[in-house]
Amino acid sequence: MRRITVVVLAGALLAGALALVAGCGGSTPASSTTGPAASAGPVHLTIWVGWSARELGIFKDVVAGYEKAHPNVTVAVRGSVNDDQIIAAIRGGNAPDVVSSFTSSNVGAFTTSGAWLDLGPSMEKSGVQTSLFTPATMYYTQYKDTRTALPLLADTFGLYYNKAMFAKAGITGPPKTISELVADAKKLTVRNPDGSLKVVGFDPFSGFYDGTPPMIVTYAHFFGAKYTDAQGHSILSQDPGWAALFTWQKDLVDWYGYDDLVRWQAAQGDQFSSSNSFEVGKMAMMIDGEWRVAFIAAEHPELPYGTAPGPVIDTQPGLYGSGYVNGTIIGIPKGAKNMAASWDLLRYLTTDTHALVEFSNGIRNVPSTQEALKSPELKPDANFAPFLSIFGNPQSTTTPITAAGAAYQTLIQDFAVKYEAGKIPDLHAGLVELDKQIDAQLAQAELGAGAP
Amino acid sequence: MSATPATRTTFVGALPAADRRRAKARAAWRRRGVVAAFLSPWLVGVTVFFGYPLVMSVYLSFTHFDNLSAPRWIGLANYRYMFHDPMIGVAVRNSLWLMAFAVPLYVLSAFGIAVLVARVKTGSGFFRTVFYLPALAPPVAATLGFVYILNPANGPINVILAHLGIQGPLWFQSPEWSKPSLVLLGIWGIGNLFIIFLAAVLDVPKHLYESAELDGTNALQRLRYVTLPTISPVILFSIVISIIAAMQYFTQAYVAANIASGQASQAGDITVNLGFPQGSTLFYPILLYNDGFRAFAMGYASAMAVLLFIAAFAVTAIILVNSRRWVHYGGAVR
Repeated sequence: MRRITVVVLAGALLAGALALVAGCGGSTPASSTTGPAASAGPVHLTIWVGWSARELGIFKDVVAGYEKAHPNVTVAVRGSVNDDQIIAAIRGGNAPDVVSSFTSSNVGAFTTSGAWLDLGPSMEKSGVQTSLFTPATMYYTQYKDTRTALPLLADTFGLYYNKAMFAKAGITGPPKTISELVADAKKLTVRNPDGSLKVVGFDPFSGFYDGTPPMIVTYAHFFGAKYTDAQGHSILSQDPGWAALFTWQKDLVDWYGYDDLVRWQAAQGDQFSSSNSFEVGKMAMMIDGEWRVAFIAAEHPELPYGTAPGPVIDTQPGLYGSGYVNGTIIGIPKGAKNMAASWDLLRYLTTDTHALVEFSNGIRNVPSTQEALKSPELKPDANFAPFLSIFGNPQSTTTPITAAGAAYQTLIQDFAVKYEAGKIPDLHAGLVELDKQIDAQLAQAELGAGAP
Repeated sequence: MSATPATRTTFVGALPAADRRRAKARAAWRRRGVVAAFLSPWLVGVTVFFGYPLVMSVYLSFTHFDNLSAPRWIGLANYRYMFHDPMIGVAVRNSLWLMAFAVPLYVLSAFGIAVLVARVKTGSGFFRTVFYLPALAPPVAATLGFVYILNPANGPINVILAHLGIQGPLWFQSPEWSKPSLVLLGIWGIGNLFIIFLAAVLDVPKHLYESAELDGTNALQRLRYVTLPTISPVILFSIVISIIAAMQYFTQAYVAANIASGQASQAGDITVNLGFPQGSTLFYPILLYNDGFRAFAMGYASAMAVLLFIAAFAVTAIILVNSRRWVHYGGAVR
């Protein structure tokens, strides 16, 4: 009886543990790469994007422009989609005609798996040259020379600062170096009578108001930190930028007091809401993407703020003016039913100057083609201008595209979180171990990888 | 079907021996067919939802499978990578913590509440409802509520503690308090286990208590020598299902980490804070899910699932073997 009980229990355990992973596998039908032309008859397309609420409405307006120019095409737009949902749809054979992702993190995995189709042949046939776009965006939309995505506007990161708080503290301009940032952050911080934090000058905490890619990779640029050597091996322990970055983060967190900072963070509103702590005056400075300009205009137009390039490590002042570049990418998933029509929509969204500028003016993301960047239609905005400048700076960088997707960023983020909490006593030894982990992770991802 | 046994015997007995054998064989096959027909829904279910996942998971654990393209055989590489994966050790430790601390607390709490409610003479229905009701709350909603209540800055618990001059803990924001916070949430929703214990406690034969009372035992001795041995099969059942639940713990930890880290914001974005804070809520199934469905490593996730199965099987087997010493079936009291 007990033996039977063991077997039955084992069965229950197995079903729970294994059904989770194996029941969801499956192959998807190969898509046609030579579908009918968009003008051949009524065409219905579906596009999935990550935008929601106000931004989604603006994107739908842009798509309406395409429908107006192509009366035989109707496009259904679905918003609030993330990479998890895109992967699940492709795996289940229910992929839409066109998909977009908020970041380039998974381009490597999308390419090696064949999940996103190679756009090279369509680009060549249509005469779409890579020179239309900026070099950084051309890097993060390909993997090992196979281009499975194109940029749909781009993101750059810079400093937002509260002008009223600066004036009150007697600070005349935004900090240009990390040491200036630290000094200003301390001046701008206000504590309650009980010692708890009321206003934070600058919150360097990994994990606060974070996302994909994590803020740590944005900071990494300002410290001139490099990820790999020429052979692709992780060099975080060898590059002095990383040690400087983690040390700066921990020192500033310690100055606030780890627990005090966590307690203050717990009281802050959601990052993408009108309760964002910078927008409501509870944080004097922050590093954020250019999209925040439109959020502030929509949610707190009265906020007296300014923008500038992010402050850089004191030893490399020449980096000032540059920043981390990434952005929304768009591609055609495996399983798309009408390759020609999908490509036509994708080409319009990524290369039509009017469409790009209209979208950029609406959500205040950086236009991703050379022509759109210079377009007279682009609405001038003093707070948006620094981001255009950062985007055009030749020293601006992006993150490596790997077969493991953004998994290495998760390892770095995990390390940063532990180090700032004081859980890693020896920084160099910790970074050496982190290098080994990243290399092992990449080797594991590349094992057997490659489009079938 | 309507023939009586006597009629059937007479009819079969009238046939030659060979025909009788054939008739018996046909009847036996018919019986087997009927049994198979009744069993078929279960057989289909087991094959599709148990057999197939089992075989596929074991197979996929030896492959590189990104969940999108065809799997490729890589031998033991996934199992070897477990020794290099910095996350898996964290996840195993967290899941073991849950088994070591949460499971005993769940079982003790459910049993304790059941014993108390069983003694209530008036209004027992009210107390049964009150203690069971939280089990009906959807796990996501319950977790959201607890993250709000335990917000270290402005949650009601810490606000009350502050009025009393006590600075409350950081709860879900602290690696030391995040797992205990989840255990609190678990104890709050202990209703299902409580109902099982209550039924068992109420089912203990009264004459056993009466005999014990005549022997001069006090309440504690009756609990020790009558109640516990009698309900020991239920205790074993509770421990085993609680351990299985601990090994498969996912929803509450996943939701709490996302909400507490302030990551559940923009719909199109994805959190990178696995097991917030500081990996303290990164349980084994969460890592398995992340690797399989988000990190394009379904082959590796399958290897993790196989390892989980082996571990769960071993732990359950140890408990069941050990239970021979303290579990009494059929109401027999040693």
